[in-house]
Amino acid sequence: MRHHVILRVVAKLSIPFIFLFALYVQFHGDFGPGGGFQAGVIFGAAFILYALIFGLDNALKVAPINVVIFFIAAGLLLFAGVGVAALLYGGKFLDYGVLASDFVAGQHLGILLVELGVGITVAAVMIAVFFTFADRGR
Amino acid sequence: MDFFLGHYNYWIFIFLMMLGFYVVVARGNLVKKIIGLNIFQASVFLLYISIGKVLGGTAPIIIDGYGTDPVIYSNPLPHVLILTAIVVGVATTALGLSLVVRINEAYGTIEEDEISEMDREP
Amino acid sequence: MIAAHYPALQIALPLIAAPLCVLLRRGTWAWLVTVAVSWTALYVSVQLLLQVLASGPISYELGGWAAPWGIEYRVDSVNAFVLLIVSGISAISAPYAYKSVIHEIPEHQHYLFYSAYLLCLTGLLGIVITGDAFNVFVFLEISSLSSYVLISLGKDRKAVTAAYQYLVMGTIGATFFLIGVGLIYAMTGTLNMADIANRIDQVQNTRTVLAAFAFITVGLGLKLALFPLHLWLPNAYAYAPSVVTVFLAATATKVAIYTMLRFVFTLFGTDFALDVTLLAEFLMALALVGVFAASITAIFQNNIKRMLAYSSVAQVGYMMLGVSFFSVTGLTGGIVHLFNHAMMKGALFMALGAIFFRVGSVHIDRIRGLGKQMPFTMFAFVIGGLSLIGIPLTVGFISKWYLILAALERGWWPIAGLVLLSSLLAIVYVWRVVEVAYFRDPPTNHPKVTEAPLSLLVPTWILVLANIYFGVDTTLTVGVADTAAKVLLGLGQ
Repeated sequence: MRHHVILRVVAKLSIPFIFLFALYVQFHGDFGPGGGFQAGVIFGAAFILYALIFGLDNALKVAPINVVIFFIAAGLLLFAGVGVAALLYGGKFLDYGVLASDFVAGQHLGILLVELGVGITVAAVMIAVFFTFADRGR
Repeated sequence: MDFFLGHYNYWIFIFLMMLGFYVVVARGNLVKKIIGLNIFQASVFLLYISIGKVLGGTAPIIIDGYGTDPVIYSNPLPHVLILTAIVVGVATTALGLSLVVRINEAYGTIEEDEISEMDREP
Repeated sequence: MIAAHYPALQIALPLIAAPLCVLLRRGTWAWLVTVAVSWTALYVSVQLLLQVLASGPISYELGGWAAPWGIEYRVDSVNAFVLLIVSGISAISAPYAYKSVIHEIPEHQHYLFYSAYLLCLTGLLGIVITGDAFNVFVFLEISSLSSYVLISLGKDRKAVTAAYQYLVMGTIGATFFLIGVGLIYAMTGTLNMADIANRIDQVQNTRTVLAAFAFITVGLGLKLALFPLHLWLPNAYAYAPSVVTVFLAATATKVAIYTMLRFVFTLFGTDFALDVTLLAEFLMALALVGVFAASITAIFQNNIKRMLAYSSVAQVGYMMLGVSFFSVTGLTGGIVHLFNHAMMKGALFMALGAIFFRVGSVHIDRIRGLGKQMPFTMFAFVIGGLSLIGIPLTVGFISKWYLILAALERGWWPIAGLVLLSSLLAIVYVWRVVEVAYFRDPPTNHPKVTEAPLSLLVPTWILVLANIYFGVDTTLTVGVADTAAKVLLGLGQ
């Protein structure tokens, strides 16, 4: 894809906005439609687009496979960690209400962190799936 | 006639389900089987989403001053459930395809009958 | 304080440990985490069982959301017993895993193996503990996806095709289950199991509920390898790594059977199930045909692992036979066989894993003369085999005793006769192995083998001794199974 100028230019222009949109979907998820799953997939898609246009090697320089795998685990740990934190604050598992001084703020904080964990894991999984398939045939 | 038109969402579901199921059973190509499995799962997604629709209902987002009074919302729960099921479906597809890649590396083919032929000889 | 959170910890601990293994990136550390978590899970499930027996069912509201709306974890004597089976088998097979995994799986995959193992454990425990119908599907898929991965790690390339086959059939089963849950939700408007059980009476006679029942039983039938739907099982168990076979053979089908019991008896209700035309007769016929067909196929297998896998299909038949009586004694037999079969198949597959560790094959020709070379392993296999046949003083006898009692209680003595007859088939295939191992000379063209290492022998013998202990002292197993059967039939807590 190196010689396709139009593709390269369009990709270069649009990838930052795709990332930005992913972040919007991620952090606006507790007010409107959105959330970790969708944001993660959009984020992963932007990354895969980058890898398609600029080559797998460049993409691997940005995010080596080990780093991606690390983020898969880290996102899941963040999710479960919020649940355990709720336990330690005296609530039920995943009871976000106790995380902050009042119930609603706690719910906001909890769902934000949990969705962040989901988003990280989903994005990392999408990227890892693409990398491992793309890497296999070489 | 009403029975057919009034339940058109179920007919679509049944058609897609049987289509996907047929592909899984009848095709020998392992990738095609995965695609059949995908259609099969997608049909269930449609079933869930269609039973969540409330006639005249709007998107279940609370916004002041929007919608008729009292506001009727579509049931959001099936959508949430199916989001989970879609993720499961993606994971299944990814795993299934990666198994196909490994089968291709080990056997040099992804045709079911050729693989069972190769497995038969000890 | 912590005791109130045991239901959540039961699931959360292995769930947290799985990504932790990925972060540690060292096989040995991941193994240590796995062992620690498995034993903690066992401790938690023992505590849960004691709590349930002392003070009745426990309900835990995840996230603090009240029951019909939020997800509820609900532990009663039925699933506390199954939790004990799953976590107990995991606690015994985790120490066993260390050497076996080093021997069978490439080193760079060790930590991923333990991660998948823990996810599988999470899924299995989750299916059992949850009181939410959709949550069952989610955990079912967690355990299934990780078990496909675990099976595909087998050394033989057939392991990959077996995993693929299991993936296709397992996904169809899970999707059928999902359709059934969707139809129930459409009719009752709830996903909480207790709530469904209350509301389903009003819509019991609709075709939709009947269709939901059909989808769920067929879907779970695929998962539990009920006779004509068992085709994925033999290859999956035969070519998976030894530890995986031990773990899955002793837990996965049991959990599916538990789910079936839960849905048929608690959600739809015994009366509904009995109203379904010929359901009991149909299940009984399938169970008996399954017992005989699978036992006869097992006799002709030369790969011993595959032989035992077919035997597993037959044992599932016994469990379903107990269920199909729809009586307290029959259900007690079925549920106690869940436990007992986990003990005997765990012991047998562990002994086979030890043989594979030393010999590098489980083909019947390669175990010639092993009775002298690996006396402890082979003797464990013999006792496990006796238990499989149902000799008195072993757990196998207890299960068959209750099945026969249940048949006689109904006056169906031909069924009792068939159960006895099928035990003869088990004698044939167990004897084939014993005869080759003890009465043939070791092959001369292969290097001499020695006894398996202690880390493999000790877990094997723990299960073997459990076979004998629970065959003599049945207060725990039969007592809990009896209570569980009564709970399922709605005759008490």
